Amino acid sequence: MAITREDVLHLADLSNIHLSEEQIEPLMKDLDNIVGYISQLDELDTDGVEPTYQCFDMQNVWREDVIEEFEANREDLLNLTVESEDNQIKVPKVL
Amino acid sequence: MKIADKNTKAVDLVREALEKAKKYEEYHCFISMNESHALERAREIDEKIANGEKVGRLAGVPYALKDNYLSREGVTTAAARMLDNFPSPITATAVAKLEAEGAIMIGRTNLDAYAHGSSTENSYFGPTLNSHDTSRVAGGSSGGSAVAVALGIVPFALGSDTGGSIRQPASYNGVIGIKPTYGTVSRYGVVAMASSTDVMGCFANTIEDADLVMRIMAGKDPKDSTTLDDFWTRDLEDAKPKKKKIGIVKDFLGNGVDEEVKKTFLDYAKQAEKAGFEVEEIEMPIAKYGLAIYYIIQPAEVASNLSRYDGIRYGHRAAEITDLDSIYNKTRDEGFMPENKRRIMIGNFVLSSGFFDAYYLKAQKARTLLIKAYDEAFEKYDALLCAVAPAPAFKLGEKVNDPLQMYMEDVMSVPPSMAGLPAIAVPAGSSKSGLPIGVQLVGPRKSDQVLLNIAKSIEESK
Repeated sequence: MAITREDVLHLADLSNIHLSEEQIEPLMKDLDNIVGYISQLDELDTDGVEPTYQCFDMQNVWREDVIEEFEANREDLLNLTVESEDNQIKVPKVL
Repeated sequence: MKIADKNTKAVDLVREALEKAKKYEEYHCFISMNESHALERAREIDEKIANGEKVGRLAGVPYALKDNYLSREGVTTAAARMLDNFPSPITATAVAKLEAEGAIMIGRTNLDAYAHGSSTENSYFGPTLNSHDTSRVAGGSSGGSAVAVALGIVPFALGSDTGGSIRQPASYNGVIGIKPTYGTVSRYGVVAMASSTDVMGCFANTIEDADLVMRIMAGKDPKDSTTLDDFWTRDLEDAKPKKKKIGIVKDFLGNGVDEEVKKTFLDYAKQAEKAGFEVEEIEMPIAKYGLAIYYIIQPAEVASNLSRYDGIRYGHRAAEITDLDSIYNKTRDEGFMPENKRRIMIGNFVLSSGFFDAYYLKAQKARTLLIKAYDEAFEKYDALLCAVAPAPAFKLGEKVNDPLQMYMEDVMSVPPSMAGLPAIAVPAGSSKSGLPIGVQLVGPRKSDQVLLNIAKSIEESK
């Protein structure tokens, strides 16, 4: 399989990454090489094999729904954003 | 390592480390120093000692922290522009545990941005240089921590290992590197890369130091539900291997492995025999697919984990943008390094409709086969022995323009990661030109201390 320019633009779109023109060509080549390499798994027979998503087969670890002290306060967290006002994060108009 | 007491002042230990860090500045181990906090904490510990109060097992011991661990003392960057001004609002559990025992963080070490890489050249702040040859790479992604320990700046440093990021730089710099069983140490407060294989571990110059640091960091944490009950509880001498048998993975001795690496590795195997181990070659044909499995699953998890960097709640935000979509797209263009983008895009490729079954699902099934192969091997052997990387440290710039060549670095380190197994890298020798070469011992889950015990008995048989 060959990764095309359209593929790169589609993947950039899925990834929410703006690409300048000069980034596209090298990405086509690199992604094509990488996809070529990982495609070797085709050789493996995995019929009837269950997939592993977690090495210890751990599932649904529950805890009580109780509120606990958190080391960061509202001010700490709002300080992380570029712009905030009245305890709210500011973003450009969405609608 | 030296621990503060009545005769050894914590302030002196910390000052000495800070001076050494300055002396070796050209290696670029550190992204930022934590000087004033460190000295303040050292003075507190000295005061406690003077007052006869109880201090921890690492009282006054200076250490270096890979800059993807959060600590409320200062800024965590993950070596990415995206986080170049991120004041950590929380402290990682591993860091909190070390500090409760009196350890003192003197600075944050360099890495490949978001831990994506095998050379520390993908850092937004520039590369770290190899401790033994400044024209060569430190290895990565935890390159800064490995070099800081190799140069003797600190007796131990923290790293994270998703597919080799502790073991390979340990091997390149001649220090011990511990990648524990998945779930040994809490991931809480560490910048996520691939959540199903990310583990927190350390670098040290002695097996005892590494054991102590891991013992302190290990254990269940309600803030990371994948953590295991604490099993790092034995004295090292009690963690004896039962079978006294080590397997050599034959599939990793083929083409592409440097002759000097092969020789060092085979010499180490002979040394293991002298130490009383039966050493046998075994075949593990699935192992050679480990890299392909890893470079499907890991980018998929990276794509998911890094989707949180949107320029809204924290981190970099592209300037002078008036619409929301452009905030996301431009912020992510500016904030990520090229390698971050490649991984996110490969991840979205293997997860996208039409390719999911052929890549992502296929890789998760192949992962099951890999785990099975290891489980079978460990019915017979205490540990499997292989090299860490195919060759000693390469030249700076040699592989930066060929990502696939860079990925090949990880061919022997990713299989244990995909199976959640413990793997330790120990120095085994060096090339004719003086570059360190390490070997890797891999064991069944929770056999971490047994691996250290084996390495210790091989070391003592010399």
